[in-house]
Amino acid sequence: MAGTAGEMIAVKRLSKQYATSRGPLLALDGIDFSVAEGEFVAVVGPSGCGKSTLLKILAGLTAASQGGADLRGTAISGPRRDIGVVFQSPVLFPWRSVLDNVLLPVDVQRLGRERMRPRALELLALVGLEGFEHRYPWELSGGMQQRVAITRGLIHDPAMLLMDEPFGALDAMTRESMNLELQRIWLERRKTVLFITHSIAEAVFLADRVLVMTPRPGRIMDAVSVALPRPRSLDIGASVEFGTLVRRIRGHFNAKAELGG
Amino acid sequence: MKSPRNMAIRVLLLLLSLALWEAAVRAFDVPAYILPAPSRAIMALYRGAVSGVYIDNFWVTLAETLLGFVLGSLLAFVLGTAVAVSRAVEYFLYPYIVMFQSMPKVALAPLIIVWFGLGLTSKVVSAALVAFFPLLVNTIVGLRSADEDHVDLMRSLAATESQIFWMLRLPTALPFIMAGLEVAMVFSLIGAIVAEFVGAESGLGMLIQSMNFSMDVAGQFAVLFILAVMGLGLNGAIVWIRRRVLFWDPSQKSTEIGASAKGGKL
Repeated sequence: MAGTAGEMIAVKRLSKQYATSRGPLLALDGIDFSVAEGEFVAVVGPSGCGKSTLLKILAGLTAASQGGADLRGTAISGPRRDIGVVFQSPVLFPWRSVLDNVLLPVDVQRLGRERMRPRALELLALVGLEGFEHRYPWELSGGMQQRVAITRGLIHDPAMLLMDEPFGALDAMTRESMNLELQRIWLERRKTVLFITHSIAEAVFLADRVLVMTPRPGRIMDAVSVALPRPRSLDIGASVEFGTLVRRIRGHFNAKAELGG
Repeated sequence: MKSPRNMAIRVLLLLLSLALWEAAVRAFDVPAYILPAPSRAIMALYRGAVSGVYIDNFWVTLAETLLGFVLGSLLAFVLGTAVAVSRAVEYFLYPYIVMFQSMPKVALAPLIIVWFGLGLTSKVVSAALVAFFPLLVNTIVGLRSADEDHVDLMRSLAATESQIFWMLRLPTALPFIMAGLEVAMVFSLIGAIVAEFVGAESGLGMLIQSMNFSMDVAGQFAVLFILAVMGLGLNGAIVWIRRRVLFWDPSQKSTEIGASAKGGKL
């Protein structure tokens, strides 16, 4: 089964089992989905549904128990240079300036500092951090630090950007403006993005498609296409279409909660 | 706190306590071989400085301390790194490290004199031995203190283990290493002085010892003062380096003395 044209990542019957003191724990059960090139896909689910495990497997940091994932037709069997990851916390190096933090992947992958410097400055300008390149992380706000992390995720021009609740630690106001920022950056670059979040509204606002994940074991229950026109403004949250999509997604979690309770 | 007025009060308090000391010694007629008046101690300092006896021994003790510090720190850093990086090294070496760490290293000074003689070598070895452990422990702890998220980030970039070491683990360990060096510096001075007490031909510790035999207490006070100045200078040098190396570490800005908290036993 060769990947369809334009398919960036294909996840096939991916399962992950952990050994615990109370026997094996199934964290992910038969996850199946694919993301097309240039598509923005969000995975939404409550905490503990295994979505971070899924991201770690796709980033090559953890091995799957069964099944697996292909990126551009080749299996993910370990960390790869064509993936960019943005974590929940900015994970900046305090001894590196903003510019040097952005250039970390360049240093690791020996892509040539001098050659990549203009690109780093261009990307920093894109995320609104022009003039901050020689500052240090502790001099920046949480939102600005996460912008540095996003820039670092893009510097080596990865085929795909994996984002693990990147705005989860920010306050609600900053989070909204970061959502707008991320949409703007994405519209400009059209990078393939897999975005993990526990906020249904954030997922619907950002994504072309929302994968709904339920916990214990983690399964994809639904895939919801979001056909809302772009660029989307924050006001779109008040629209009927937006509300319908949010209600449909929330329905999956409520049903699960009633069954469990 | 650092206003000119407070600085003046500081100086005034010092002069006042010296005056009190002087007055008390004179009033109660304390014999000079028990507690000399500060004026006598200052005279002793002046005489010794003019005769050159202090300066010669000063250089000897300083050289012993610095050589011991460099030797002990280098060994501690290399061995600490080996322990932190290799499980096998840790498994086979750790029992010895724990055993030696709980032993008062200065108690080895008489043996060291027997093995290395009365000259410079035995003092350097003693200083190195005492300086070794605080840095060893801090190097191991520091190199293991990189948090999971940062390691994950490096791995996700397909970094090699050696890249993770140089770009992440070593810089993360630097605050620990600098704190260890600060303790090691103070400790190496102690190690050198103790070895001089046990047996030496020169050095400020030897000078104290011989002054003690001749009941020259004022002279001992003068040497103690010189040792305090040396200790301050050595510590100041490390703090100066630490501030420049760790400009990015926010904890450096709040703590002036805090570093010694991460020390070890003598």
